[in-house]
Amino acid sequence: MTDDTPPRTRVQLSVNGQSRDLELDNRTTLLDALREHLGLIGSKKGCDHGQCGACTVLLDGRRTNACLVLAVTCAGREVATIEGMAGPDGLHPVQQAFVEHDGFQCGYCTPGQIMSAVGMLEEFERGWPSAVTGEVQPAGLTAPEIRERMSGNLCRCGAYVGILAALTDVASRS
Amino acid sequence: MKPFRYARPGGVTEAVRSGAEEPGSRFLAGGTNLVDLMKLGVERPDLVVDVGGLGLDEIVVDSGGGLRIGANVRNSDLAVHPAVRRELPMLSQALLSGASGQLRNQATAAGNLLQRTRCVYFQDVSKPCNKREPGSGCPARQGDHRNLAVLGGSAACIATHPSDFAVALAAADAEVAVTGPAGERTLRLDELYLLPGEHPERETSLAPGDLITAIVVPPLPFGTMSAYRKVRDRASYAFAVASVAAAIDVTDGVVRDVRIALGAVAPKPWRAHRAEDALRGLEPTASAFRAAVGAELSVAEPLLDNAFKLPLTANVVVSVLSDLTGARR
Repeated sequence: MTDDTPPRTRVQLSVNGQSRDLELDNRTTLLDALREHLGLIGSKKGCDHGQCGACTVLLDGRRTNACLVLAVTCAGREVATIEGMAGPDGLHPVQQAFVEHDGFQCGYCTPGQIMSAVGMLEEFERGWPSAVTGEVQPAGLTAPEIRERMSGNLCRCGAYVGILAALTDVASRS
Repeated sequence: MKPFRYARPGGVTEAVRSGAEEPGSRFLAGGTNLVDLMKLGVERPDLVVDVGGLGLDEIVVDSGGGLRIGANVRNSDLAVHPAVRRELPMLSQALLSGASGQLRNQATAAGNLLQRTRCVYFQDVSKPCNKREPGSGCPARQGDHRNLAVLGGSAACIATHPSDFAVALAAADAEVAVTGPAGERTLRLDELYLLPGEHPERETSLAPGDLITAIVVPPLPFGTMSAYRKVRDRASYAFAVASVAAAIDVTDGVVRDVRIALGAVAPKPWRAHRAEDALRGLEPTASAFRAAVGAELSVAEPLLDNAFKLPLTANVVVSVLSDLTGARR
């Protein structure tokens, strides 16, 4: 090992409930750790700058852009990706709704959309307001609320109509 | 991205020492701006000091309604905090109008204050930029300056500060608690942020090793009568083209006190003291609001493509104050 070797750090990640030991170049983002080191290629690299949301995962239960998180900072934290969403009984309700309502075209943004939606629904359950909520607690996940809360996820195919329908459906059932 | 060493200090003292010993280091908290700038080659730290594990994540509400916001409090947690929403709606509104749900979950309060300008020349290392590379020049005056400053800029730099949150904090007279190599101190926001002058590379009065540990918001009795309004190019998830944070106290039909801060128009959140001074003692009417903001903007130095920010900002100020006071427009 020469002095020019980029510094590395050992890190233990918990991904979809499984503990994973890695030794990573410090520059590795959580997204690259998932995709390039753990073979979890469901999370997508769109812009790699936190602008498109295709890389969205849950970190300690909260949606975040995996492309802007250094993997070495995730030691001991819980990461949930699209690969862990479906259970033994089938698809996650959000996944199922995307299928039923045609919430995608090419599918590239879809894992990020779904992970973001799972996090978003949880935030709504907790009573978090949004920029369009106003002074009172949100009455329900109206179309303006869903659009605002999902604005961190872009879809270049323009499948927003289906995405909105899918999330309206899921919200009405929960 | 340039390779870097990574340190996870066990406490504030150790973090400060690491930062002070190595001026080429950067503190990392949420990382939503720093990691991005490292990818772009704008930030090239030799050492990244991860302060995300230091705690500093409490929101304390004192009996008078003042707030002490830990540096590492996530933007989303602060925005939805019941006391913040009740006592200082402008603070919550500013946070909720910024970035996306994902970013607000990751980004921290102190990191929000220290995020860097989104000026296109600053973010593109193939272009000259006096802020990124002192003395290299600034193409913005002749080039793309639609989003840049009309107040407080200099010949060297007209970059704008991008934060929404900081604008509301400026209106609230907030301070930052800083721990540095020489101990602890408190800085008002207008002491924290520097105007560019001939040294746009110096954005704050923080020295290597200085770590913001908390944001202190003093009680603002009329903070319940406050609002933040942001104008942007699309309905959500975009930086401000113009924004206003304001709080106003109307007693016996006259403006007893008022706070106004402007965003997206200056290199720092712009506290509109001239406008405030002009309004105190007057009846709260739309024409009084318009005259007051006119006094503030009279010192502006707009360029061809950002001159629209002057009438836009004036309109937003009049609109926000009118809504808060029920004045007819």
